[in-house]
Amino acid sequence: MGTSQNTGDHAQRSSVFNQDEQRVNWHDKTLWFIREKRDKAAWQIPEWEMLREQASQIKENVLGNLHDYLVQFEQRVLENGVHVHWAATPEEHNAIVYDIIRKKDVRQIVKSKSMLTEECHLNEYLEAHGVDVVDTDLGERIVQLANEPPSHIVLPCIHWKKEEIGELFHQHLGTPAGNSDPQFLTAAARAHLRQRFMTSRIAITGVNFAVAETGEIVVCTNEGNADLGVQLADVHIACMGIEKIIPQRKHLGIFLRLLARSATGQPITTYSSHFKKPRAGQEMHIVLVDNGRSERLKSEDFRNALKCIRCGACMNTCPVYRRSGGHSYHYAIAGPIGSILAPGLDMKKYADLPFASTLCGSCSNVCPVKIDIHDQLYKWRQVLVKNGHVNAGKSLGMKGMATILSNPGIFKWSGALGRTLMKYLPFLINNKFNPWYKHRDMPQPPAQSFNTWYRQNKKQDGK
Amino acid sequence: MRVALFIPCYIDQFYPQVAIATLGLLEKLGVEVTYPVNQTCCGQPMANAGFEHTTTATNELFISNFRENDFIVSPSGSCVLHVKHHLHSDANEAAASAIRGKVYELTEFLTDVLQVKDIKSRFPHVVGLHQSCHGQRGLMLSQMSEIVGPAFSKTENLLNMVDGLTLVTLDRKDECCGFGGTFCVTEEAVSVKMGVDRVQDHSSQGVEFITGTDMSCLMHLDGILRRQKSKIKVAHVAEILNATV
Repeated sequence: MGTSQNTGDHAQRSSVFNQDEQRVNWHDKTLWFIREKRDKAAWQIPEWEMLREQASQIKENVLGNLHDYLVQFEQRVLENGVHVHWAATPEEHNAIVYDIIRKKDVRQIVKSKSMLTEECHLNEYLEAHGVDVVDTDLGERIVQLANEPPSHIVLPCIHWKKEEIGELFHQHLGTPAGNSDPQFLTAAARAHLRQRFMTSRIAITGVNFAVAETGEIVVCTNEGNADLGVQLADVHIACMGIEKIIPQRKHLGIFLRLLARSATGQPITTYSSHFKKPRAGQEMHIVLVDNGRSERLKSEDFRNALKCIRCGACMNTCPVYRRSGGHSYHYAIAGPIGSILAPGLDMKKYADLPFASTLCGSCSNVCPVKIDIHDQLYKWRQVLVKNGHVNAGKSLGMKGMATILSNPGIFKWSGALGRTLMKYLPFLINNKFNPWYKHRDMPQPPAQSFNTWYRQNKKQDGK
Repeated sequence: MRVALFIPCYIDQFYPQVAIATLGLLEKLGVEVTYPVNQTCCGQPMANAGFEHTTTATNELFISNFRENDFIVSPSGSCVLHVKHHLHSDANEAAASAIRGKVYELTEFLTDVLQVKDIKSRFPHVVGLHQSCHGQRGLMLSQMSEIVGPAFSKTENLLNMVDGLTLVTLDRKDECCGFGGTFCVTEEAVSVKMGVDRVQDHSSQGVEFITGTDMSCLMHLDGILRRQKSKIKVAHVAEILNATV
């Protein structure tokens, strides 16, 4: 459940996660099942790869003209009678949202899923100011009751087993002890949430797509919780990162097809809700947040990460994520995409994340907007090392290795002397201090290297 | 056709039989091969760890060793991918660029350049193919399970030409083994678990051998197999394609 995974870097947290191998197997299989569902859904569309390319190109256009699209979007939004707020930082975002709530003298709000508010730590901020926030997405509500962050952007409680949820609901919602029937627990959650929906005058939602052409926003949910919250509330606050823009409504035909298939293998989310203007008597606000995005836009190497539509496919396919759990990434957005987003916000704090990958490349292949995720992981490593975010021992070892490997004389000499070179590779000696040897036997050194063999057996015949 | 053999450092030091098999296989196919004896390493171990800026000297050495050839062939998809993507030189970028265009992984060279249709080899065993990620997703040696597109596999095609060889179908045909360079020690727990899961997939299909195009992945899997006292062995694809037993 991640509760023992709260400290250390990715490797340390993963090592804790791996103490229970059966649980790792279960976590891996659960997410692999979703990856396979995604494959089946993608294969139903012969033009899948073309759709990915189109989505990537549309986002390319958006990032290249973001200023103009944002100005256009703001203008349409204002014409629609909706309030617009701009926030440069998470602090500004949280203060704006709280200000709206405070002016309405409201103490309890409902919120549907929004990774942006996770990024800004809105819940903690509002609770510190005496506002009771109820996450209405079932998975989010579960982790909220457990006082945990989501471990996955689409499947927030994917690390919880149904028996554990039964116990949690027993404690918090008073369901009978030992009952872990998913249908029963869902019904209990529904009854509990329904009461909150009926009594909350303010509803916060995230934004999946913001259409510059019309000023409307689109929110995708499977539970209808965004709609229910908004329709019952006097005030709707929608929070979005500035990169959520798409130019025209017709482009939804590409993005909605890609999003749900990539995320869960569904042809489309159950609800794709369009919000354009407030109904009579209602108030609607859109808060646009930068938080490092315009800075990233300047970086040729890393700007493509802003194409992300938060489908989570890179997490489901990542062999490391599946075996380390979302909390091992200690950032609101876990997995490969989180590992290239987080260091842009705080290089020191998230220096471990770009190294939490084998660079296998599966993430880039499933990405519906074709972000070069694994190449960016490689590039972040270079940036982090150059900025000194690497331990001194590793730095010395790498420099020693570079010296030996650039000098054929030393290379051969070191090889002859018990493969001294391998001091710098991870396969040193059979002792408990060598992480290789903990669960793996060492390679068995041969009598001679190929180079020596070649000189003895081949060189003389003139090659 | 001047063909140079590029033998990665860890194959030179730990798996000379793989280099010997590569050389033997190419010669058997009528290729005249040279082996520049002053070669060491492509610089990948440093670069993937974030130290690409320390690889200037290894890059220059690589260029001086290999620039005079029409093709450079290596039994490692990972090292070839590194050269293809990251070999640069302030002193001689033209030579670096030329090398990036003529470096080939072994099965890629056999398929695309030599266009091998028949291999005189025999390996009467049940074999599982481990798709090393850099060869597969980087060099596109085979179709990738994430992509909606026609199936192909250069490596499998060659293995299917081997007399007596039975190739199994894995549950997860292209999942990473967890080696990942320094990842195998810095993220020891996940690395080992990934390797254990790969081994389990192969062993549940009853393989006698796990093969692949990258000895680094196989070294990692072999370390796990031997710790488990498994009877399954690893063999580089060059060893199988060159086998005559």
